[in-house]
Amino acid sequence: MAHAAAIHTEDVMLPPPAREAGAGVYTEKLGMWIFLGSEVMFFTALIGTYVILRFAHPSSWKNPGEVLNIPVTAVNTFLLICSSVTMVKAFAAVQDGLLRQLRLWLVATCIIGASFVGVQVYEYTHLIEKGFVPSEGLYGSTFYTMTGFHGFHVTMGVICMIYVTLKAFRGKYTQADHRGVEVIGLYWHFVDLVWIILFTIVYLI
Amino acid sequence: MATTATGTTPFTYDHGHEHVDDRSFIRKYIFSTDHKIIGIQFLIMSLTFLLLGGMLAMVMRWQLGFPGKPLPGGTLLPDTYTSGGVVLPEFYNSAVTMHGTFMVFFAIMPLLVGVFGNYLIPLKIGAPDMAFPRINMASFWTAVPAGLLMLAGFFVEGGSAAAGWTSYAPLSARSDLTGVHLGQIFWCVSLIVLGLSSIMGSFNYITTVINLRAPGMNWFRLPLSIWALFVTACLVLLAIPVLSGAAILLLFDQTIGTHFFDPQAGGQPLLWQHLFWFFGHPEVYILILPGMGMVSDIIANGARKPVFGYTSMVLAIIAIGFLGWGVWGHHMFQSGMNPTLGTTFMISTLLIAVPSAIKTFNWLGTIWKGQITFHVPMLHALAFVSMFVIGGLSGVFMAASPFDIYIHDTYFIVAHLHYVLFGGSLFAIFAAVTYWYPKMFGRMMNPTVGKVHFWLTLVFYNCTFFPMHQLGLHGHMRRIYDPTQYAFLKDLQPVNTFISISAFLLFATQFIFAANFIMSWFKGEKAPNNPWLDNGLEWTLPSPPPHGNFATVPTVYRGPYEYSSPHSDQDYIPQNVPTPGGGYGAPHTQPAGD
Repeated sequence: MAHAAAIHTEDVMLPPPAREAGAGVYTEKLGMWIFLGSEVMFFTALIGTYVILRFAHPSSWKNPGEVLNIPVTAVNTFLLICSSVTMVKAFAAVQDGLLRQLRLWLVATCIIGASFVGVQVYEYTHLIEKGFVPSEGLYGSTFYTMTGFHGFHVTMGVICMIYVTLKAFRGKYTQADHRGVEVIGLYWHFVDLVWIILFTIVYLI
Repeated sequence: MATTATGTTPFTYDHGHEHVDDRSFIRKYIFSTDHKIIGIQFLIMSLTFLLLGGMLAMVMRWQLGFPGKPLPGGTLLPDTYTSGGVVLPEFYNSAVTMHGTFMVFFAIMPLLVGVFGNYLIPLKIGAPDMAFPRINMASFWTAVPAGLLMLAGFFVEGGSAAAGWTSYAPLSARSDLTGVHLGQIFWCVSLIVLGLSSIMGSFNYITTVINLRAPGMNWFRLPLSIWALFVTACLVLLAIPVLSGAAILLLFDQTIGTHFFDPQAGGQPLLWQHLFWFFGHPEVYILILPGMGMVSDIIANGARKPVFGYTSMVLAIIAIGFLGWGVWGHHMFQSGMNPTLGTTFMISTLLIAVPSAIKTFNWLGTIWKGQITFHVPMLHALAFVSMFVIGGLSGVFMAASPFDIYIHDTYFIVAHLHYVLFGGSLFAIFAAVTYWYPKMFGRMMNPTVGKVHFWLTLVFYNCTFFPMHQLGLHGHMRRIYDPTQYAFLKDLQPVNTFISISAFLLFATQFIFAANFIMSWFKGEKAPNNPWLDNGLEWTLPSPPPHGNFATVPTVYRGPYEYSSPHSDQDYIPQNVPTPGGGYGAPHTQPAGD
């Protein structure tokens, strides 16, 4: 399939009427790439804030594992990576025209994504019970802001993923036109990637 | 979010626009997905905020020109704002803050980006609409609640935000310092919501310009207005999320007790300034680049000559957009930042003078030996160039950190920023509104009234803002409530009074524009398709253009500035005319469109 795609120099999903050559990708995909550029800057602001504050006040941070439960979050990270895999499988399925598999993998992605949010809520409640709250110095401030905004993005992603899944069940995606699946996939992988960075700098370092 | 539109926008362009437009009133004029209606909606919203921002400026000017005297009508305001009609310091701080906030975020930025980005991009590139029309609609309908929320600050306990439009922490982060709590929270939430609106708008514009250009409209046939709006949209896309991030951190400091900007708990007030100005300086170019682009279109039209150095104009726009990211520290020379860093920022800032000067000289080159038509938009465009030169040159002054240390936070800065924001952006907005008004509303504005408005504005504007340079050099601090409290400013009080009277006249003059705008909407002369004999694709359409714009996708054969071409018996050749030298009828009949 990858070989077949390589033969076409242009995107197969380009609009048919003659237009001036654009980016060579269909509009929804281009729009999502550009939107993700904006998201990169948003997370850059948060991560930059974290780096600056942490370098200025290293003593405000506890050693890794002292407050945060790393094993639980490691499992959660694994879950989110799995959801990226199921997303890829969903996209591959629809590319091959396997619509039943598409629905299956999309449902799996929704469930795993929602579980990630669930585990994060569980983590928050336990931390707050232990007295680690957002007003707990710079450590608490940055921890809740960064992981919280990532969780917010995953939640939005799950909502959109459910919308795409419902459309898949109504048979809106075909081998010829499955733009929605690809575009939500781009967003999903981006959010996954951000988490890998956040997990490393917030939990492990 | 973005994904709601996935898979819903049709593949093909709808060619069925010849039929009767049967959309309901609400779908047509209120929750419309038509970029032209959304542009006009933004126009009405932002002109309203321009008026509100202007009224707050009048309050400030009254207090500065006549300190201690009761504000006319001041007794009608609540006791928390005035005492016996005299403006209270707390209200003065609110007025300073909200004047800046309204003007930057709810007047100039939507006027340039929201109005003309929406209105011009699809028309000028030959597209039926934006790439994502429903996201475009959502962009307007998130801007409105943001504006209302910002206004709501005036009606809650403690009044509106009062820490300046830059909301420097920790002043803005701790309510015990200003007595403003809810107002400041509203400020943050409003800007976060508005940021969402801006991001939805900007990625829409970028996608549209990249993917929806008509055949033949290659990158170097794009009008400079579209180039400028494109680069501006890139700046909005990348700068606004940083402001949103910063506003979220500030909001958390105020509400859930985080300590990002609170030095007592290890937070960093300087961090706010870095985040804010990292957004704030690209924002400055967001506020001027679209004006530069539209003025280039109008000057070429008024001079009946091609734009001098089109390619260098494009490269200058890109260079300004690029360099704008590396200069934010010049707002912070006095902040306690490392002085070595200051030198770096000084050099990068001075570099921006190069592309700006290229643009200025190209404008002069464009009008040089032209057969200049002094129509109202052209007058405003020429005022833009001259005022931008003054504002740009004083900008070079303060980019030099040794000089900036002297004039930092004085009226010299106030003069500079108004020369670029009023003299620059607002004159460009007047030029653009008067230029595209016939296309938007299908009627001509009254040119005589327009010229009266222009000349009075130019005179009173300079009387208002030029003397501020002098105040600044004498050490008059910005944002002070009562200059007569300082012995060294006593001699300058007549200057302040003069500025205030000029400002009142300037404000009154704007009602001439408002009257012309509203009267022409109902009673103006019917506009022909192409009143200015312009080459752009939008002028090949009826005024106003129908829903869906082009009945058939136009083909573009040439650049937008072919005026006075020897290849034509007309002095202009629209972009969709195929062969040079072909006569195509009277000026107001067009070969394509309707």
